[in-house]
Order: sequence, then structure tokens, then C-alpha cells
Amino acid sequence: MNLAVIPVAASVSEWSDSFLERLPLFARDWMTSWLPEPWRWLVNSLLSIAVILSVFGLLFAYVTLAERKILGRIQNRPGPNRTPIPFTKLRFFGLAQPFADGVKSLTKEDVVPRGADHLLHFLAPVVLLAFSILTFAVIPYGRHLVPVELNAGVLYFFAAGAATELAVFMAGWASRNKYSLLAAMRALAQLISYELPLLLAWVPVVLVAGTLSTTEIVAAQSGWQFNVIPHWYVFTPWGAAGFAIFMIAALAESNRSPFDLPEAESELIAGHLTEYSGFKYALFFMAEYFGMIALSGMAITLFLGGWHAPSPYLEFIPSYVWFMGKLSVLLLGFIWIRATFPRLRMDQLTRFAWKFLVPLALINLGNAAFWSLSLHWSGPFQILRWLISVLVVVGPFVLLGRKLSAGVAPRVYRYAV
Amino acid sequence: MTAALVLIAVVTLATAAVALSLRNLIHSALLLIASWFGIAAFYLWAGAEFVAFAQVLVYVGAVSMVVLFAVLLTRRSRADTVIAPDSLARAISAVITGVAVFGVLVAAILKSSLGRLSPAGVPALPGGTSVSPVISAPTATVREIGIQLMSTHAAALIIIGILLTVALLGAVILAAQDGPESKQESP
Repeated sequence: MNLAVIPVAASVSEWSDSFLERLPLFARDWMTSWLPEPWRWLVNSLLSIAVILSVFGLLFAYVTLAERKILGRIQNRPGPNRTPIPFTKLRFFGLAQPFADGVKSLTKEDVVPRGADHLLHFLAPVVLLAFSILTFAVIPYGRHLVPVELNAGVLYFFAAGAATELAVFMAGWASRNKYSLLAAMRALAQLISYELPLLLAWVPVVLVAGTLSTTEIVAAQSGWQFNVIPHWYVFTPWGAAGFAIFMIAALAESNRSPFDLPEAESELIAGHLTEYSGFKYALFFMAEYFGMIALSGMAITLFLGGWHAPSPYLEFIPSYVWFMGKLSVLLLGFIWIRATFPRLRMDQLTRFAWKFLVPLALINLGNAAFWSLSLHWSGPFQILRWLISVLVVVGPFVLLGRKLSAGVAPRVYRYAV
Repeated sequence: MTAALVLIAVVTLATAAVALSLRNLIHSALLLIASWFGIAAFYLWAGAEFVAFAQVLVYVGAVSMVVLFAVLLTRRSRADTVIAPDSLARAISAVITGVAVFGVLVAAILKSSLGRLSPAGVPALPGGTSVSPVISAPTATVREIGIQLMSTHAAALIIIGILLTVALLGAVILAAQDGPESKQESP
């Protein structure tokens, strides 16, 4: 069986050695140049850890601010704009708000219930944050910017993400609160249900790219068709469906609206986070946003072509700028979805995952297999290939959707007059 | 690299041993999960990246949830777990059984081809191909694992799949004993 072989060599464009691209490498080499040779790998690793923590820490802070401002504007109010820059009286669009939030959460009293399991209560946010940060190691942020290059990078990412679910359980159980435990069980059920569509959504990508390594998947999406359309997987039918399923499952895995049942105020107070206050709560919050950022980064790597530019004429802009741009677009999409959709109930949530997303993801896998087998069809058959692929995406979606919402849709709205 | 192996072995065995001896069942479950991490670290030390990450994904990500749900949904009270043996005879027979199982496992491992080193110092596999020693870079990439699973060991893969499907169906049948009166239709 001869699967189509997609060139996996790193894309060599004339901009890959440009000054801006190699700037991070120059900086790193300059910083480690006065160390003896055996210590360089250690300092390199420590440097990449420090850079990731600082960049994504700052990004987390400003994503929370952006979220509150954008949510506010969508709801026709300005969002936080009163925090002045420290030691001045300048109020500048609330830009110092994240730091005010940080100071608040650091100085709040850390209340732990007397009967709680103190060790586990302490460890839960630590474990959650540790595994969320571990997932950042395999995402290629730029042409030469991968912290760790693993042969099975994608699997490592989702393994570390799966280990974060344990912390949710630890938080719920250690609080010695029936409602926390119940909510933790529900949160776990949500996380496990949506792990299956999440994993099934990227299996077609690995099938077509032929590798589990993140750098090679990005390299497989290089190049442009007719110099206009990039070879990103999102521009194929199965890729678009896979991207949609991945984003929905990513929303659910990071407990974001409309799947934020575990942390909604009207649901068992705060779910598994009820007995957490102050800095530990801030750590949970940080871990949720890190999860969101990491999953967006992985979606960009798998479907949106990683650090590739969308057009060959825009390649002078460095690769890490493109990555950050795509990341910002996805995060803004997350915030927009939060402002728009109502929350899903628990049974609606699990039904959506098991009855709708999993069959669609499995069909998508078959679709991607057909796509890669039909790579060498000639001329007009390519149109047939696209048509079949689009039909296999749209057909089951419409049929399954109609069948599952039979008897409910279309809804009749009655307004009080 | 022996220091790393000793450390990983100590961590794995120590967490498993402590997990066996704790009164609190949830703490035991969590320490067992830590020992599964130790096994994943061992796979990483041996150069098997794919197996290590699959171990974390499956054991820590899924089996741990099953264990915790089972413990939480079936325990009656916190003071319920008794860890002292019922009588001396039971304790002695437990130790003898443990040692016997250990002996059988060790004998099986030593008898297999991984326990025999060919003259070049490289373990010989049944198919005649040899795996390079763990000191050099591992050659078992994910692609080779996939090809092996789909060609040489395809029958084993399919049988395991059937076994898992049977287990899943059995679990569903056992759990669905409460039949039609608990069915709800509205989405």
C-alpha cells in the first residue's frame, strides 16, 4: 500500500536565515558564550524555560485583561479601566489591571478547611500548573524555536494534558466538601468525555503528515498552491472539520464557556474550586489559561501551518510573529465564543461529546485516509476528490444533527407581550 | 546512567510499597499513580519515548480515573479499610503466593530472549533482528513501531481490540441492568 509521501524536509526558504529569524538564536548563543562547553546545554534549557514562562506568563496576564475588556464591550460596557499605572495617576485603559489582580490574589488570606487533606489541597493547583506548563515544551514557536524536539511530540503534549485531570480530582476530594467532590466528579466526566474527540481530531493530521513530531508536522504544511493558498491542513475538507472538532474539544478541555460547568458560579458554588482562595485560586486560573494557550498553540501547529506565513510575499515577517498572530486570533475567538454562547447543561454536554463529536471525528479519520490515498488522482479527478471529501464532512454533520435534535428544533420563541 | 536507573527504580518501588501500606485508600491510589509515572520514567530512560508517553496517557490519564471513581463510588466509610491480616496462616500463605508469583515472573523474563545476550552483547529478538543497545540512540521510532504493529503483530493488535470491545460491552450490559425506566429522551 503506497501512501503518498509528503516531503518532510524542513522548508528552506530564502528567509530562513534572515537576521530577524535567527535573532533569538544569536541572543541565546551570546548569553551562553562565556560558559564552558559542558554547561551550555543546561543553560540553554534553563533559558528556554525562562523565556517560555515569562512570555506566556505575560500573555496570560494580558489575555485576562483582554477578555474582561472585550467581554465588556460586547456587553456594551467598558470593562476594567480604573487601575492606574503604579506610582502615577495615569489610568491607561486599565493596562495595570492584571498586576492589581495579582497583588490582590497574593495578599488574600489562604483559607483551608480544618478537615481538609492539607497536602493534597496544596498539591492540586501545583500539579495542575506543572503539567499545564509541561505541555509548552513541544510547540514550535518559530522556525528555529522548539524547546524540546521529540519524536513523539504530539503524544507527549496530550499525555501531559491528560495528567492535569488528576489535579481536578485532587482539588475536589481534598476539600472535604460533598459538593466539591460531586462537582469534581462532574468536571472529570466532562474532561474525559471531551478527551476522545480531542485525540481523534488530530489523528487524521498524523495520518496525512506521517509523523508524530511537531516540527515535522509544521514542515509538512509548508508551501503554497498556485502561490496563493497555503498547504495548511485547515484548508482541506477533513482539516476544516478536524479543526472545528479540535477547537470545540479544546474549549471543553480547558473548562471555557460554553463548557464552564465546573467553575460557573451558579453550579455548586464554584465546583471543585469552592474551598480555594487567594493565590491557589489564582494558580488554578493561571493553569486554565495556560491550557487554553497551549491547546491553541497545538491547534496552530496541527492545522494552521504553525509558524508559516499565509502568503509567499509575507515571508519577511519572522516566523514567531506569525505564530503569535495566529495565537492571538484563536484566543480572541475563545473570548468571543465566551461572550456569545449560553452554558451547556451536563447532560447536553456529554451527549454532544459522545453522540455527535465522536462519530464525526471517526468519520473524519476515514475522510483523511481517503484524502491521502487519492493524492495522485489526475486532473479533473481532483475536483471529484474534493467533492467527495466535502460531502463526507457535510453529509454526516447535517444528518446526525437533524437526527439528534429531532423533536426539539426548530424552537418556537414566545415573547411576553 | 546507572544512577538514573537506581533512582527511578527506588521511586517506583517506594511509592508502590507505600501505596500498599497506607490506610487512606485515596492516598494509596494517588501514590500508585506516582509509581506509574516512575514506570513511564523507566521507559524514557530505556529510550522508548512512544511507550512512555502512551503509558502516561493511558495509565495516568484514564486508568487512574477509573480507579478513583471505583474507590469513591464503592467505599462506605473512612474507617472501613483494615490492613492487618486475618490470621497467621493467611499471612504466611499470602507471602508464599507472592514469592511464587515473583519467582514465576523472574523465570519467565530470564527464559525469554531478552534475558539472553548474543556474543556481541546485544539482546536477540525471536525474528532474528536485533535491537541496538540502549547506550546509543534508540532506533525504535514511532514509524517503525507503527509498521511493526500493522504487519508483524497485526493479529495481536486485532485480538486485543476485540478483547477490549468485549470488556466494554460487558461493562455496559452490567451497568445497564436498570433498563428502560431510567431512559431519558430530551436533549
